[in-house]
Amino acid sequence: MAAAAEAAIAAGRFGLGARPGELARIGRDPRGWILDQIRRPGPPPAALAGLPASQAVTEQLMAARQGGPKEVKKLVREKLREIYIAEAGARLRAAIDSDRPVVERLVHFWSNHFTVSVRQKVAVLGIAGAFEREAIRPHVLGSFEDLLVAVVSHPAMLLYLDNAQSIGPNSRAGQRAKRGINENLARELMELHTLGVDGGYSQADVTELAKILTGWSVVPKRQPDPGAFRFFQPAHEPGPKMLLGLRYEEGGQQEGLAALHALSVDPATARFVATKLARHFIADTPPPDAVQRLAKSFRESRGDLAAVMATLISLPQVWADPLPKIKSPSDLVISSLRACGGYQGADKPLVGSLMALDQPPFQALQPSGFADQASAWIGPESLVRRIEWVQAAAARLPVPDDIVARGEDVLGPLLTADTKTAIRRAPSPAEGLAMLLASPEFQRR
Amino acid sequence: MPSLSRRTLLYGMGALGGACLLPGLALAAPATDKRLVVVILRGAFDGLAVVPPLGDRDYAAARGGLALSSGNGALALDADFGLNAGLADLKPLWDARELLFVHAIASPYRERSHFDGQNVLETGFGHPQGSADGWLNRALALLPQPADGHRLGLAVGPSVPLILRGPQRIAAWAPETMPELDPTFLDLLGRLYAKDPLLGPALADGIKSQGMSDALLGSVKSGKRAATRPGGGFAALAATAGKLLAAPDGARVAVMELTGWDTHAGQGTDKGRLANALTGLAAGLLALKDALGEAWRDTAVLAVTEFGRTVAENGTNGTDHGTGTAALVLGGRVRGGRVVTQWPGLAPAKLYQARDLMPTADLRGLLKAALQAQYGAGAPALGTKVFPDSTDVKPIEGLFSV
Repeated sequence: MAAAAEAAIAAGRFGLGARPGELARIGRDPRGWILDQIRRPGPPPAALAGLPASQAVTEQLMAARQGGPKEVKKLVREKLREIYIAEAGARLRAAIDSDRPVVERLVHFWSNHFTVSVRQKVAVLGIAGAFEREAIRPHVLGSFEDLLVAVVSHPAMLLYLDNAQSIGPNSRAGQRAKRGINENLARELMELHTLGVDGGYSQADVTELAKILTGWSVVPKRQPDPGAFRFFQPAHEPGPKMLLGLRYEEGGQQEGLAALHALSVDPATARFVATKLARHFIADTPPPDAVQRLAKSFRESRGDLAAVMATLISLPQVWADPLPKIKSPSDLVISSLRACGGYQGADKPLVGSLMALDQPPFQALQPSGFADQASAWIGPESLVRRIEWVQAAAARLPVPDDIVARGEDVLGPLLTADTKTAIRRAPSPAEGLAMLLASPEFQRR
Repeated sequence: MPSLSRRTLLYGMGALGGACLLPGLALAAPATDKRLVVVILRGAFDGLAVVPPLGDRDYAAARGGLALSSGNGALALDADFGLNAGLADLKPLWDARELLFVHAIASPYRERSHFDGQNVLETGFGHPQGSADGWLNRALALLPQPADGHRLGLAVGPSVPLILRGPQRIAAWAPETMPELDPTFLDLLGRLYAKDPLLGPALADGIKSQGMSDALLGSVKSGKRAATRPGGGFAALAATAGKLLAAPDGARVAVMELTGWDTHAGQGTDKGRLANALTGLAAGLLALKDALGEAWRDTAVLAVTEFGRTVAENGTNGTDHGTGTAALVLGGRVRGGRVVTQWPGLAPAKLYQARDLMPTADLRGLLKAALQAQYGAGAPALGTKVFPDSTDVKPIEGLFSV
């Protein structure tokens, strides 16, 4: 593949779509452009400054809960919804403005892998963005085990998948309150986060991991550091546990850390993570040899996610097909605004765009997150909505003087002659821009 | 640019030569009056809480704090079963013999992953990831086909669920949230997409769907707010689905989806997450019935889920993933007022893996019975094409009037 096409692949599939001038900056070294970001992820984007920490928000919610349901509703209405919009907007603006878009894409990828959702759980509404900033972002190019521990010990995940309430039935707290375990987090932790559904665990393993994780919870209002993560020994199921054939002696929080370590280095986890990365970066149906190479890199590097990314871009399959993937709605919105030079507007219409396209940040309907395949995003209604959005956005964005030239600037040689013709035939400049954004090559990455 | 309604958009496109996108602008009547609606209840619907076996002597002990009783979270249906009070609004349908439940039912899937379970429910295969197509799409091929390319299948909601994906072209409808498209632009874009195997057909179907829904609905605008809220907008979506199905030239098979059933915590009894979710489900089903009007007579509605939930309450006033559950079957075509089941019992030794309701009915038997009753689908097609490798699974008899 010619260097110009490789630059377009780097910007579209590894980045978040080119901004004007970005392909020229990538130039003849697309791998170097990606590697530089992997090795030097840089500080968190400026757009994320000033957002509230999850602990502070959770503490406020706990205080409101003491005041009753009315107080909670008031807090949701006056505060938590605004925090959600600000977080979702900041995340999108960080992506639109980024000059290290590979890092932003990885944040979105891992945030979706470890989905928390504000649907159905009010406790997550104000802290989903904080979860991404606090637990996901610092680790996307570090070790998978660190990422996993950060996720599982974050209040957002513990609340979203109910572990915060899970209590060992034979623990002191369990005996006193006649409460017991909830296996929701334990199951999804193995099925969705580590081993994968065919990763070789049984129902008994789910139950045992749930016992191991009893006590991993959130500090209540009347104790120091309310709203923070803490391990509560009195809620922890006492005694030894058997997980995936290994015996875990009673060890309090250490049991959970040891289990997360074992899950991190399990070959099934390497295969599962490799498959998801290959699906995201290579094709909806991941090529088995690429999955093998990535899994091997994951195992040999002990889950060093930067090393796995370096392996990924060394694979020839990555560069063979320029546009194998349909953009998700989030990718489409971000890349459209990048192509048009940025976004200066308010958060609400930005988040509303993704609401209309059925992929609002932190609102996946199920803990498996948003789908990563064309079949989920392209249907009769969803495609019409995409085009409606593109047309509405193009009518509001600054239209470049030469739309075909802008197309070449952001798509390089991937811009087809047919699309150039269609842009030139469009009845107005705004519709010419819409034609570029709706074109088959811009809809893909 | 003047604002065009979608109806004018369609006629405008015809005049502009966009007919390639719009085969058969005039809608001809489908060759069947029978309607089938499948409501996918995603997240594992707790059949033991929805249709509690009040007459089972082991029930109260097995369920613990989540056990219901007549007058306390449940209405008695017969000597053996009750109805969760969250579905009380459906009781008149039961009394009119237009509602039945199939209990202790499960798909062939026996693990406990939501996502694999839903995959099996929607592909109709005996194992996860058996197909990229859905059984209901394959079933559409068995219906009498309209000559004009009219779409018989309808996805209600922004995306097409797996159950309806496949080679049979379908329509889709969701409330409008954005300004309408400009016809000239669409015409140009249609040409640009003509060679694209994914985007080309999807755009043609999308325009066709809007033509259908606008012609049938006029300029109805359902609130986008309501529709994006889980549960809350379900009744509005269901009402629209009913209108699109009721019309003589409308769709005949529709799919809706509803989440909110994964009640690991705070499931509750007379109040709680499950009761709230059930109230929303009941409102939606009644809205569907109202909108169907006379066509309700010809309709069968199935509300089905990927698997059930544990018999015992878990440690957090909820239930974890289980196996056997209940399915709702309603409509004018249903011989209702019954709980259809070979009840396995809830004594510890009778449970599946010592924790779940033992399934005694195969979900595919219910789905086959509906396709057979509504569309005369034959056993060979059902057992090989629609639900591959399932010739040994017989349609459950007697659910629908002949």
